[in-house]
Amino acid sequence: MNLAVRDIRHNAGRFAFTSVGIGLLLMIVMGMGGIYRGLIHEATLLVDRVGADLWIVQGNTRGPFAEISRVPASLEDRARAVPGVAQARRFVSHTIQREHEGRPLRMVVQGLSWPEDRGDWVTLVAGRPLRQAHYEMIADQSLNLPLGSRIRLGKDFYQVVGLTRGMVGSGGDGLTFFTVSDAMAIQFDQPGEATRLDRAARRARVEAVDLGRLQPLQLERAAGLAKGIPALAPPQVSAVLVTLQPGADVAAVRRTLATWPDITVYSTREMKDLLLAGMVDKAKRQLGLFRVLLIIISTIIIALIIYTLTLDKIRDIALLKLIGARNSVIGGLILQQALLMGAFGYGLAWWIGRYAFPRFPRLVLIDPADLVNLAIIVVFISTLASLLGIWKAMNVEPNTVLSA
Amino acid sequence: MNPPPAVEVTRLRKVYGSGHTEIVAMRDATLSIAPGEIVGMFGPSGSGKSTLLTAMALINPPTSGQITIGGIAVMDGPRALVDLRAFRRQHLGFVFQKANLIPFLTALENVQIALEVNDVAPRAARKRALELLDYLGVGPRAGNLPVALSGGEQQRVAVARALANEPGLILADEPTAALDGPLGRQVMELFAKIAHEKNAGVIVVTHDHRTLDVFDRILDVEDGIIQIREDSQPAKS
Repeated sequence: MNLAVRDIRHNAGRFAFTSVGIGLLLMIVMGMGGIYRGLIHEATLLVDRVGADLWIVQGNTRGPFAEISRVPASLEDRARAVPGVAQARRFVSHTIQREHEGRPLRMVVQGLSWPEDRGDWVTLVAGRPLRQAHYEMIADQSLNLPLGSRIRLGKDFYQVVGLTRGMVGSGGDGLTFFTVSDAMAIQFDQPGEATRLDRAARRARVEAVDLGRLQPLQLERAAGLAKGIPALAPPQVSAVLVTLQPGADVAAVRRTLATWPDITVYSTREMKDLLLAGMVDKAKRQLGLFRVLLIIISTIIIALIIYTLTLDKIRDIALLKLIGARNSVIGGLILQQALLMGAFGYGLAWWIGRYAFPRFPRLVLIDPADLVNLAIIVVFISTLASLLGIWKAMNVEPNTVLSA
Repeated sequence: MNPPPAVEVTRLRKVYGSGHTEIVAMRDATLSIAPGEIVGMFGPSGSGKSTLLTAMALINPPTSGQITIGGIAVMDGPRALVDLRAFRRQHLGFVFQKANLIPFLTALENVQIALEVNDVAPRAARKRALELLDYLGVGPRAGNLPVALSGGEQQRVAVARALANEPGLILADEPTAALDGPLGRQVMELFAKIAHEKNAGVIVVTHDHRTLDVFDRILDVEDGIIQIREDSQPAKS
């Protein structure tokens, strides 16, 4: 006869409410694991999908995902000249926040190296890749920009020609894909007044030195377009992505690139590790600590509930001892109740999570291995939680049954 | 050869506390109950009845003296000579003032559990429990939880539980205190029937003098001393 099940059946309401509470706690524990997995997935999504073998970034930096990386756009051409390199692409990535239809719109602007890269590698759920050099964009569904809609960014309008699903940056903001030149135009856009002030400042600097007096034509140049001034640096990109020829020796290409002192080269694996070791690592530790705390809280709650349930049955336990029930029968009753409570809570957490997690603003990715691990943890904490009740039950004297 | 006494108590002494707070609850009590004998134990509150009963129930070890149950020496002073819990489940039955049924078990399960803790297979335990409930007239109430049973029915279920493992000794502590007169008498007569039919020694602690005729022998306990009432006769053994 299973005493635990019969007692639970008799106290079904209390057991159910407690299990719901435990279930919600475990759902948060489960969800935090899922958020961590989601963070990793989102953070490494672009690095995985972009399909580069090597990342060339600013010298002595950890690349555009860890810090500001600026390399000249012409680095693309230098990289192409290295033996074994099949393709080199400019990589521009930055996050912007704009107002759109009265709501804040935050997105990661991603530059595609037009015309070699039109976004054919991007998995679309609707629409098409880019077909022209300007004013087209591919957007993630999470941005709620419908196919065909137009959005003003900087001084230009861009039309959404393709939609992706689940493509977000490491911060959880939806990815958008433009040509590199459009992405840079969005990045370096400044108001007309700022441009005028910039030109006036340049003119003032030229006037202030001998150059302005000796070569008056320089004054005209200084007041003109920035791209018409050779002394000013050309536009810069975040990184250059290198795709190797089939069968090319990666180490040899890296050795060649490593001789260039102005850049640093990372493999895709290294770039992912840098991403995870930097931004995600702290989030991982933060979430991990919360999970540990919640597991401890769950253990304490289960322990207290089981202890209370044991106190409620103390006379019944004394009676069982009086009629000769072994300790294993009494301990088993309490342990099974704790395990059942944990199991119900776990099941409920999983069931609620299935419906709740997809509605979370950030991706919650539940890994089967994490579910198994959590199940093992629940068994452990349920067993641990039952010890207090078992200890109480073991210390009950059979003659307690007579004392009322 | 005569069967051994259902219980034999020799020079049992129980002292609570020590020094200035020392209370002698039982003074060198000697007692023997034969199988099939029902004994009533009377006495005022605090006289030592419950001390003697709980000592024989092996849940309140004596300070000194010996207890032998069914011919097996079980206590020598405070020292247990056997595994007391195992001994209780095999040889003793208990009935209390309150039925003390486990509230989350049905009447049938309350009896069945006593058999299952004694390693009787669940199916056999169920069959035996049903037989006992029928024997005590509460068979039709087997599927009810205690809360749905009347006081008398609950007490009958408790008696069935006490009888489950066919104990040689049944100890009842004021089993009719919570019952009205006729019902109380019914339960007492039931104990007498059990003692005689099941050949078990039955000791009943009671204050109810209306049931004196039910007992084979009456013991008066006062200040920890047992006296056999003169008008009562020991049962044949």
